[in-house]
Amino acid sequence: MTPLLKVDGLGKVYPGVVANDRVSFDIAEGEVHALLGENGAGKSTLVKMIYGLVKPDSGHMTLRGVPYAPAEPRAARAAGVAMVFQHFSLFDALSVAENIALGMENPPPMGQLAGRIRAVSETYGLPLAPERLVGDLSAGERQRVEIIRCLLQDPRLLIMDEPTSVLTPQEAEILFATLRKLAANGTAILYISHKLEEIRALCDRATILRLGKVVASCNPREKTAAELAEMMVGTKLATPQRAASETGDVVLEVRGLSLPSPNPFGTSLRDISFSVKSGEVLGIGGVAGNGQDELLAALSGESAASAGAVRLKGQPIGDLGPGSRRRIAVLAAPEERLGHAAAPDMSLTENALLTAAIREGLAARGFLRWPAARAFAEKVIETFDVRTPGPGNAARSLSGGNLQKFVIGREVLQRPEVLVVNQPTWGVDAAAAAAIRQALLNLAADGAAVVVISQDLDELIEISDRFAALNEGRLAPPRPTRGLSLEEIGLMMGGAHDMEVAHAAV
Amino acid sequence: MIALEKRPTPSRAWSAAAPLLAVALTMVAGAALFAALGTDPLAAIRTIFWDPLFNEQFASYSRPQLLVKAGPLILIAIGLSLGFRAGVWNIGAEGQYIMGAICGAGVALALYPMDAWFVFPTMVLAGALGGWAWAMIPAILKTRFRTNEILVSLLLVYVAEQILASMSLGLMRNPEGGGFPGSRNLQQYPAAANPELVAGTGMHWGVVAGFVAVIAAYILLNRHMLGFQIRLAGQSPRAARFAGVDPNRLVMICLGISGALAGLAGMFEVAGPAGQISIDFNVGYGFTAIIVAFLGRLHPVGILLAGLLMALTYIGGELAQFMLGLPAAAIQAFQGMLLFFLLGLDVLSNFRVRLGRRKVT
Repeated sequence: MTPLLKVDGLGKVYPGVVANDRVSFDIAEGEVHALLGENGAGKSTLVKMIYGLVKPDSGHMTLRGVPYAPAEPRAARAAGVAMVFQHFSLFDALSVAENIALGMENPPPMGQLAGRIRAVSETYGLPLAPERLVGDLSAGERQRVEIIRCLLQDPRLLIMDEPTSVLTPQEAEILFATLRKLAANGTAILYISHKLEEIRALCDRATILRLGKVVASCNPREKTAAELAEMMVGTKLATPQRAASETGDVVLEVRGLSLPSPNPFGTSLRDISFSVKSGEVLGIGGVAGNGQDELLAALSGESAASAGAVRLKGQPIGDLGPGSRRRIAVLAAPEERLGHAAAPDMSLTENALLTAAIREGLAARGFLRWPAARAFAEKVIETFDVRTPGPGNAARSLSGGNLQKFVIGREVLQRPEVLVVNQPTWGVDAAAAAAIRQALLNLAADGAAVVVISQDLDELIEISDRFAALNEGRLAPPRPTRGLSLEEIGLMMGGAHDMEVAHAAV
Repeated sequence: MIALEKRPTPSRAWSAAAPLLAVALTMVAGAALFAALGTDPLAAIRTIFWDPLFNEQFASYSRPQLLVKAGPLILIAIGLSLGFRAGVWNIGAEGQYIMGAICGAGVALALYPMDAWFVFPTMVLAGALGGWAWAMIPAILKTRFRTNEILVSLLLVYVAEQILASMSLGLMRNPEGGGFPGSRNLQQYPAAANPELVAGTGMHWGVVAGFVAVIAAYILLNRHMLGFQIRLAGQSPRAARFAGVDPNRLVMICLGISGALAGLAGMFEVAGPAGQISIDFNVGYGFTAIIVAFLGRLHPVGILLAGLLMALTYIGGELAQFMLGLPAAAIQAFQGMLLFFLLGLDVLSNFRVRLGRRKVT
């Protein structure tokens, strides 16, 4: 039987990087096929070539035995290839049906389209009311909009790029059920992820990429997660080690923190309370867009709260700005590396100055001490193994993982008493992620209070002492992480409760 | 196919070469324009760039004019460049220039005919304060009510022009002027005059202030925390907030500095080359300084050179109109080309051009 899609020797070279090198694999009809690899392994480039976003430099593809070379996504869609991106392209202020109509070449009348959306959503168990405003939907529901948009085209091959990164475990289960149903109806699914357990649960076959090349192909159900990880990375991975540390007194205390959102589609913080002791790592989980950015801003001092809402060793600090908080050793590293944690066009030396000027004495009476700033940047680069030719290079020239190491290292080396990080290993390769987690654990072992906000549950289970979930701007009471099951964590994160709401609305 | 590809790090070589190349391209394109108008292109280029400085017949008049015209341009452009770097768009320097002149002249006219050492320093202070206060209007409206500083500062130029007209017809009119509009001539009031410091150079206190501003801005931007914060806020506003920069404070500082420097420029002009408050006192230095600021890539030394170059094209342009009968519009087009080529070449410092078969998908 001819495979649905056959990829033969695809290659793509970007200046200085071989993104894909003679990549060959095939996908059968009705198969759920995993594409595995670390960040930068070439997964995205490969699927962009299949979806017509990037033109390959060499090699060719066939779809059902016919040569297939989409010049643009429209041609790919016409051939029956659809894709759900990791980042959604939806308009908050429009309804579900309007958003879907926008992506269609010849949208049918609104009433008829709403009927089709309802039909598809019921067939595949994806409850969604067409008239709801996208701005009011959860991340999981937004993803459903994107999936239904694809399914309306009746695709032969559905590409999904890290679909579960925005879902609770319960929502992910619902998605898997949908994908299995689709596969049973003969639609092939190309599934990109680096979450190994879900690939083992869902996929029939896996193609593993490393540095742009196919290094292995296997049935993921016959491998353990550790074996898959080793195939991805090429070496054995060291899991972060934690010293048995004693927790001390409460260092950071948040009591009744409420902050209205500055924009209509942001999340307001509602009555958040928690405390972190010296030597402790508090993990805060939750689905993206439930107040993570807002919570980090309130703790870093970018948003001012009432003075008593945030306390350091009993002293009210809620109304202090970022500079004043740094002076008392309360440091933070936000999620967005380029443009928030670091200025893209500035050099690493200048970016070192960005947060370390006060604590590292990089300015004297307002005048900058460039040699000291450069030395501090070099120290961060060396201590955290940041791969760059030197501190004079612009932040944007670094890869995501290297810049993240720099951003975290910059804060860790300033000897914080409290460090708050948001998504510390987002988009970072496995080795760098392990190094960053180890640095956070070491910091706690040295007596700092560490708050890790993350959407990566495995990460939180690995490094946090206590876990709390952020849901619609509210924080559930923290519980000891040891002994918590993924199931319970999912329920703390809000579970799949909004599914039932959507059902009722249909 | 030509494709542009983003450079990982901006090219220093191109940032430095772009202005020089832009001047060269302007000369070539300008020569073509003048040739199309039936003028000898070489003669036109020589009249604009060479004669004002080195022609025996004209240089004695036009050489001092270079500093007279470049002085206010540089002083205003330095102030504007700080704001532009921080993303604070003061387009109303012309209005602040007028208000600085009115306040400076007001002090002189109020004290007339007192002969004391403090007359001129007080005028300097009043000029800076006048420009600063006029710039504080958009600053406060922006920080309090989120209005757009571009519109507010620009529209205040026209308000300032009305005040200028009112002053020259009413309050500040020369009582001994036979009813003609315009104030007393401050050049004839020694305690208040801003004379040529070295005969035949055009150097006056305003030019000195311009040079001091260049040096101060250089130190501020490269060696001082405030300069770093200004650059940071312009490049990456969110990172600036994270670094602890208060955006409102920065708006006040940037508009304040640019307003004060524009006010100073106006005050030095009214006490020196212009001599009096009159309806047509302002000749567009405040707007031309915007071009000078960008032509000098918002860099203090670049602005110094751009101010001199701009002044040269003005003087040379006037000379070309007078000597070769070139239309004023052709000279303006020529000056426009300069900015056009510079902005066009600017792309190359952040992008590299790739020639090849690579197709754009």
